[in-house]
Amino acid sequence: FSGLADVSITEDIPVEGEITVPVGSHSPDEDFSTLDEPVRDTIMRDLKAVGKKFVHVMYPKKSSALLRDWDLWGPLVLCVSLALMLQGGSADSKDDGGPQFAEVFVIIWFGAVVITLNSKLLGGTISFFQSLCVLGYCVLPLTVAMLVCRLVLLAGSGTVSFVIRLIVVVAMFGWSTLASTAFLADSQPPNRKALVVYPIFLFYFVISWMILTFTPQ
Amino acid sequence: IASLIMYLFAEFDDAANLLAANPDATTISIDEPVEIPKNQHGRLPEPGREEDDELLGTDDSDKTELLAGQKKSAPFWTFEYYQTFFDVDTYQVLDRIKGSVFPVPGKNFVRLYIRSNPDLYGPFWICATLVFTIAVSGNLSNFFIHLGKPTYHYVPEFRKVSIAATTIYAYAWLVPLALWGFLMWRNSKVMNIVSYSFLEIVCVYGYSLFIYIPTAILWIIPQKVVRWVLVTFSLCLSGSVLVMTFWPAVRDDNRRIALATVGTIVLLHALLAVGCLAYFFDAPEVDFPVPIIPAHNGTTVITKSQ
Repeated sequence: FSGLADVSITEDIPVEGEITVPVGSHSPDEDFSTLDEPVRDTIMRDLKAVGKKFVHVMYPKKSSALLRDWDLWGPLVLCVSLALMLQGGSADSKDDGGPQFAEVFVIIWFGAVVITLNSKLLGGTISFFQSLCVLGYCVLPLTVAMLVCRLVLLAGSGTVSFVIRLIVVVAMFGWSTLASTAFLADSQPPNRKALVVYPIFLFYFVISWMILTFTPQ
Repeated sequence: IASLIMYLFAEFDDAANLLAANPDATTISIDEPVEIPKNQHGRLPEPGREEDDELLGTDDSDKTELLAGQKKSAPFWTFEYYQTFFDVDTYQVLDRIKGSVFPVPGKNFVRLYIRSNPDLYGPFWICATLVFTIAVSGNLSNFFIHLGKPTYHYVPEFRKVSIAATTIYAYAWLVPLALWGFLMWRNSKVMNIVSYSFLEIVCVYGYSLFIYIPTAILWIIPQKVVRWVLVTFSLCLSGSVLVMTFWPAVRDDNRRIALATVGTIVLLHALLAVGCLAYFFDAPEVDFPVPIIPAHNGTTVITKSQ
């Protein structure tokens, strides 16, 4: 092998060739690149996803769309609107008695986190943000109930309005609990379903209580 | 020492003849870690005749204890470590709640129901339910008491939820911590037969608070006598669960210290109940005095409606 010892690559031999990767020739790549689309398309896509989830909550079927593509926009919008509607209206009264904006916010988000942790600790297979997403979206019936309550209170605040509000809130509370149970119960071990459903019941009960006891000044 | 232990357990349970039947179960080695004596104690109070399922459960508890020992070895920064504290099924939680509401005389709650599988699900969610039950019931009770008065404007009193939460969670966690520290300290001085881990004490306290949930709902009734009867009744029930749990742990100690410990446990429990009743529920049939109206000639007129 003495002849090989003389072989050496000198630096003045140019290396040539193409090292650029051709872009745009594979069609699946084009679908993932959303940088070039108009902003309106981006926003509309997200809005449609949120809207589709709202529809899924109002007519709960066992579909996995709510679980697979989770997003937290819907819960944020619902939580903020519910907390805003729970404000008493007279900003200068200190002893309003009702929950402050921050209290509602903390109860909803902290409550959802605790329930998610609870279901995961009990052996649930759902992911953290999927569970947050479902619990947040299922606040939608209660937000509708809050809206109805405020409208009824505009008309009057006697016994009749209280009975109407009670019926509406109880119905929406049942709807919320059933909707979230329909989505979440499948991911739990079978002999612990009640242990997971009860905190969800307590969570929506507290929110319903806040809605029912809302009294404007 | 085996005979002394057998004597103590004969006092503690009616099925003394069963204990005599298996003397090997009463051996205790002081050098062994705390888990082993508890294993042996778990077998002892079960009478074989009428509660066969308890006995069968005991066999499972031996296996589960071995498994629990293996499970709990996950390092504390992993999620699996905390999952071991939620390793309960629905029927187990319901059984434990039933055991706290109907205390059987002579049966130790920890030995019978917890059996080295303490869970944090029960204490946490019972405390959460109790917080909201007390706040909601207090609000409802005040509403019904003051209904009809012209000066009364209903407020949801949402501040009280945070106060209730702080009080109840502090009670359910700090008192067990103090009690556990105290028992550990006494254990180092006096060899006690029975000792509990911190989580078991938290478990007993958490489940013993369950009776206050229906009590708080019944406190809506605006009658003083009814409320005090309820307080006494629920205090007796949950207090007896606590006393029957902790008496075996302190009975070997100095008589006065043992009595003082058990007395403090019951006293704190009573303070919690009475404090909640006093703070969250307005006293019924008390009219608020109308504010002082200054008359035009300088003298003040105080009107009080009866």
